[in-house]
Amino acid sequence: MAYDKFDILTSRVVPLSSENVDTDQIIPARFLKATERKGFGDNLFRDWRYDSEGNPKPDFVLNDPTYDGKILLAGKNFGSGSSREHAVWAIYDYGFRCVVSSFFADIFKNNCLNIGVLPVTVTPEFADELFEAVEADPSTEVEVDINKQTITLLATGKSESFDINAYKKQNMKNGFDDIDYLLNLKSEIKAFEAGR
Amino acid sequence: MEKKTLFDKIWDAHVIKSIPEGPDVFFIDKHFIHEVTSPVAFLNLEKRGNKVMFPERTVATPDHNVPTIDQDKTIKDQLSRMQVEKLRENCKKHGIDLHDLGTDHHGIVHVIGPELGITQPGMTIVCGDSHTSTHGAFGTIAFGIGTSEVEMVLATQCIMQAKPKKMRITVDGTLGKGVSSKDIILYIISQISASGGTGYFIEYAGSAIRSLSMEARMTICNMSIEMGARGGLIAPDETTFNYLEGKDFAPKGKDWDAAIAKWRALKTDEGAAFDLEYHYDAVDIEPMITYGTNPGMGVKVKDSIPTTEGMKESVKKSYIKSLDYMGFKPGEAMKGKKIDYVFVGSCTNGRIEDLRTVAEFVKGKKKADNITAWIVPGSREVEKKAIEEGLVQILEDAGFKLRQPGCSACLAMNDDKIPSGKYAVSTSNRNFEGRQGPGSRTLLASPLTVAAVAITGEITDPRDLIEEPVLEV
Repeated sequence: MAYDKFDILTSRVVPLSSENVDTDQIIPARFLKATERKGFGDNLFRDWRYDSEGNPKPDFVLNDPTYDGKILLAGKNFGSGSSREHAVWAIYDYGFRCVVSSFFADIFKNNCLNIGVLPVTVTPEFADELFEAVEADPSTEVEVDINKQTITLLATGKSESFDINAYKKQNMKNGFDDIDYLLNLKSEIKAFEAGR
Repeated sequence: MEKKTLFDKIWDAHVIKSIPEGPDVFFIDKHFIHEVTSPVAFLNLEKRGNKVMFPERTVATPDHNVPTIDQDKTIKDQLSRMQVEKLRENCKKHGIDLHDLGTDHHGIVHVIGPELGITQPGMTIVCGDSHTSTHGAFGTIAFGIGTSEVEMVLATQCIMQAKPKKMRITVDGTLGKGVSSKDIILYIISQISASGGTGYFIEYAGSAIRSLSMEARMTICNMSIEMGARGGLIAPDETTFNYLEGKDFAPKGKDWDAAIAKWRALKTDEGAAFDLEYHYDAVDIEPMITYGTNPGMGVKVKDSIPTTEGMKESVKKSYIKSLDYMGFKPGEAMKGKKIDYVFVGSCTNGRIEDLRTVAEFVKGKKKADNITAWIVPGSREVEKKAIEEGLVQILEDAGFKLRQPGCSACLAMNDDKIPSGKYAVSTSNRNFEGRQGPGSRTLLASPLTVAAVAITGEITDPRDLIEEPVLEV
């Protein structure tokens, strides 16, 4: 369903440098049993965030009060594995609007764009620079501008541009999803189907 | 004439419209749904006041969270029960075919689709499940989608997709003794990594692939997603047609002849270009097993866990974290490690040929005492054949018991969970942290290797237990 429009996001950053973080880590399968989209943020990174008794693990970044923000800075190959959109729901519902990585898994990236989380792909060098800056100073802010397609480390002014196709960019800026577009093509779709 | 790959041919035939600087409006022939990723899609569909545009193009079955015992009774877990009931309610309301628990056609969605002949060459197929890539074995473009896209397909039979790049993986030669298609795909993933296929759609080719049965081909295509690829396909051939002929939903009579004629054209033109190609030789492939927490972390069963020598610091950190989770150290031999559980099942290796392999191997042997074994057929049809062929008896004599069909311990959404800290050698597709239950440690392998482990109780190269045929001089 529709989501909040994305324009310019200026925020602190939560760093999670592990590589190959799969969607089973983002939200374990046993938390996929809902029949509506509610409460997924509570189980974001469940088994890294809480022990088996449900106590927060102090060494996990989401439990570290030093870090906060609407931007999740992730390691290489983030979101691999299962196609569960619940992973992105958990990220969005927790309060993130943007995930930054040098490499995203394909289905995860698609799912992000479909529900209003902006995936920003940066070069590995810039990702390293962001990690270093945030770890050195957790109050570091980053600006993500979807109009200019830039991501900027505000402390140094160092900036990189990122790719997003014009169609998806328009959707993100307006909080639209694909259904609205597809429904307008109903008659074309019906004609196509009839020919099959 | 422009030379096209098989992937191009199928893709291009399904594009209704291309958006400049945007994705294609992509038509979907068949849509599979299950209880876990569809409820929110139906909810949103109704909220927006939309209807299912072509109900006959969607097929449903509950598989992910269902119990594998007492399926005739009410599902005990309240949340699982609600999801299954929601699926029933939604299918009834929207006129969608449901292969429900306990019916003859029930099973894992990627097992029943091919088994019933719903999956056919040249189709586009999606499902809210990343292992939809399985259907690529029939020469289809099949891939997993998110719940928003499930809603799109229900409402419009289309999704918006940018066309992926094309990769071809060719495996030539003859497979050695004790080496199966699971070993081929685990080997490929270990070579190109868990992310090496991202952004690509794969075509598998070569004489080693051609020689495989349909079920073995499904195992390969199934795990395409484990290297990050959206999907993988294999050009249809006589093996494909023989498999499909006579299946419930396959075309019949004149329609069958027409379909075959059309399907024969489904192959990559000679000289068509791929964005990336890999070539492997079947003789280099041996029984494989994973040692880490992604499917790219695999070695030959006879080998040791790679050391960290020459590894970049950032890579090393994740590598050690992964081995710590598994309780393993770099350089350790795989063979001889004690195992607690074995799991035979899933959309990767839960078919009748897999059960035959296991039964043949354990026949006349006994399961090791330290092993708990779960054997879960992929469908009712598989279960039925296993009984008819006497496999169940062989398995029971060796100390195993067949459970009822479902995804089961592959993702442990039901009660089939590997306990924390325990080791499971599994025929499934993912060795992620906690995949088979919180704290569980998964090692992926072929059905034959899993059978060998079940007998010895430790990691074993199945070839060490296969008797050499006596050569007649």
